[in-house]
Amino acid sequence: MADQPLIFARDLVKRFGDFTAVNGIDLEVAPGEAFGFLGPNGAGKSSTMRMIGCVSVPTSGQLRILGMDPAREGTAIRARLGVCPQLDNLDPDLTVRENLTTYARYFGLSRAESGRRADELLEFVRLSDRAKGKVEPLSGGMKRRLTIARALVNEPDLVLLDEPTTGLDPQARHLLWERLFRLKQRGTTLVLTTHYMDEAEQLCDRLVVMDGGKIIASGSPRSLIETYSTAEVLELRFPDGLDLNGDYAAKLEGVGERIDPLPDRVLVYADDGDAALAEVHRRGLTPSSVLVRRSTLEDVFLQLTGRTLVD
Amino acid sequence: MTAGTLHPTLAVFGRQLALYRRLWQASVFSSFVLPVLFLVSIGIGVGRYVGTLEGVDYLAWIVPGVLASTVLQISMGESTYAVLGDFKWSRAYHAMRATPVRPVDIVCGHLLYLVLRAEVAVVAFLLVVVFFGGLHSPWSLVAPLVCAVLTVATAAPVTAFAAAIDHDSYFALLYRFVVIPSTLFAGVFFPVEQLPAVVRPLAYASPLWHGVELCRAATLGRVTAWPPVVHVGYLLLWAVGGVTLAVLAFKRRLED
Ligand SMILES: Nc1ncnc2c1ncn2[C@@H]1O[C@H](COP(=O)(O)OP(=O)(O)OP(=O)(O)O)[C@@H](O)[C@H]1O
Ligand SMILES: [Mg+2]
Repeated sequence: MADQPLIFARDLVKRFGDFTAVNGIDLEVAPGEAFGFLGPNGAGKSSTMRMIGCVSVPTSGQLRILGMDPAREGTAIRARLGVCPQLDNLDPDLTVRENLTTYARYFGLSRAESGRRADELLEFVRLSDRAKGKVEPLSGGMKRRLTIARALVNEPDLVLLDEPTTGLDPQARHLLWERLFRLKQRGTTLVLTTHYMDEAEQLCDRLVVMDGGKIIASGSPRSLIETYSTAEVLELRFPDGLDLNGDYAAKLEGVGERIDPLPDRVLVYADDGDAALAEVHRRGLTPSSVLVRRSTLEDVFLQLTGRTLVD
Repeated sequence: MTAGTLHPTLAVFGRQLALYRRLWQASVFSSFVLPVLFLVSIGIGVGRYVGTLEGVDYLAWIVPGVLASTVLQISMGESTYAVLGDFKWSRAYHAMRATPVRPVDIVCGHLLYLVLRAEVAVVAFLLVVVFFGGLHSPWSLVAPLVCAVLTVATAAPVTAFAAAIDHDSYFALLYRFVVIPSTLFAGVFFPVEQLPAVVRPLAYASPLWHGVELCRAATLGRVTAWPPVVHVGYLLLWAVGGVTLAVLAFKRRLED
């Protein structure tokens, strides 16, 4: 059991009619790992997550979850999963606490045990003071926290989080990250999808970049950056840049390893950002703003697809 | 992991009860006060002009009809918008689907809850009716049993319908062309024998009429014109067929 992957997929395909949402992916997620799917809208992240969650049947390919076959043992697998779907599906007419207790009962837990876990989890996601209140007036971040608490009510071996923090303000996101990080430290296996490279960098030991239903790169956040980007990035904004960034890129030819003109700025990829900046000045260019930063997964994505991740 | 003890069907039933605890006040009027008002106004008011029907006073004659049509109202009221809503708006069924709860558990938990809802209304209604002298036989005790079968026979196919459609405008059609006509012509207010022979088969096809016939035999303490096993068998056919279709519809809708 120890070395057996919790998720094993080979050439996994999901089609809707003649549209291919997931186009032959391979996955292996080991116990205790925090694994991420990074990709733009429509990449096939949720479709993959639903297959892993045993609520969607693969069109073809091999899939084993917790060492079992979803087609035959879906119920037994789901009993050991915790799922936080992309769209919240809390019961709006029940209280916050009832949302947890009724859900716990779906896993066959006794009334007393359900109540005990509900109280414990409300504490964990800091919603104890809202226990008796309705779900409806909760903020987006609170609803998300409640959905995550609900996903933990059966003490799952594998937690699936589909865009846990999309649409939340930075403060709410950080609180969620901190909670998820705690879970990870307890050894819970986490699989999450995200549009946010900072989220992926913070939480994931290993991730795959998906685009158009395919995995286009995989590895740890650091190794992806090392493979597909330079150590640093120089961001230049020019006062008349909007239409002329293409021209500026031409003038920057040879500075750093690669130049990427975006609509609002020009990116210069270089292992030494300050040296690259000195070269920019030497060529007599006068950007209105300058930023030297470390490479991120956003840059990896741009390099791999020629597109930005969040549109 | 803790070993499961509670059956998932009962867990779904439990969720429905938790919802009912929040929303029961809204249902008291439609499932209890309204039928009694109905009975009083039509049974006593109209009864003054009708006098007796088939040898009993009109009030006693329509008691089983109002009883069965109340069951139909509850079946309909809880299996249309509520079911579609749990697919489309709250997505509560999708939440259940991600757990060990299977589509068959969702359908059965829902129906079990409806039987309870119907039984509460039925028993309350019968207790009131006793004071009006509306029950003529100890066989009346069988009426709640008939109502339980009628609940499933009507709620299950409607649940299947709600799980198969995408827009609530279909419910208006269901009410207009199925529920209202069957309430009017299924022997609730007058015997189906008074209908023109061509439309009578429609009454015979309706599960409501079979429920009404059985309830009437029970509360008036007399035999049905058709063998009771035909009525019961027909209701069971709707119940089993309805549950089968509902489970299939839930499976299809929750599996994408
Ligand atoms: N049930 C469905 N029927 C038809 N097409 C679907 C269905 N579910 C998803 N798709 C399509 O499959 C593609 C991948 O969708 P998916 O939801 O997996 O993407 P995603 O990576 O999760 O995107 P997002 O970041 O927007 O959530 C999309 O083009 C989507 O329109
Ligand atoms: Mg998605």
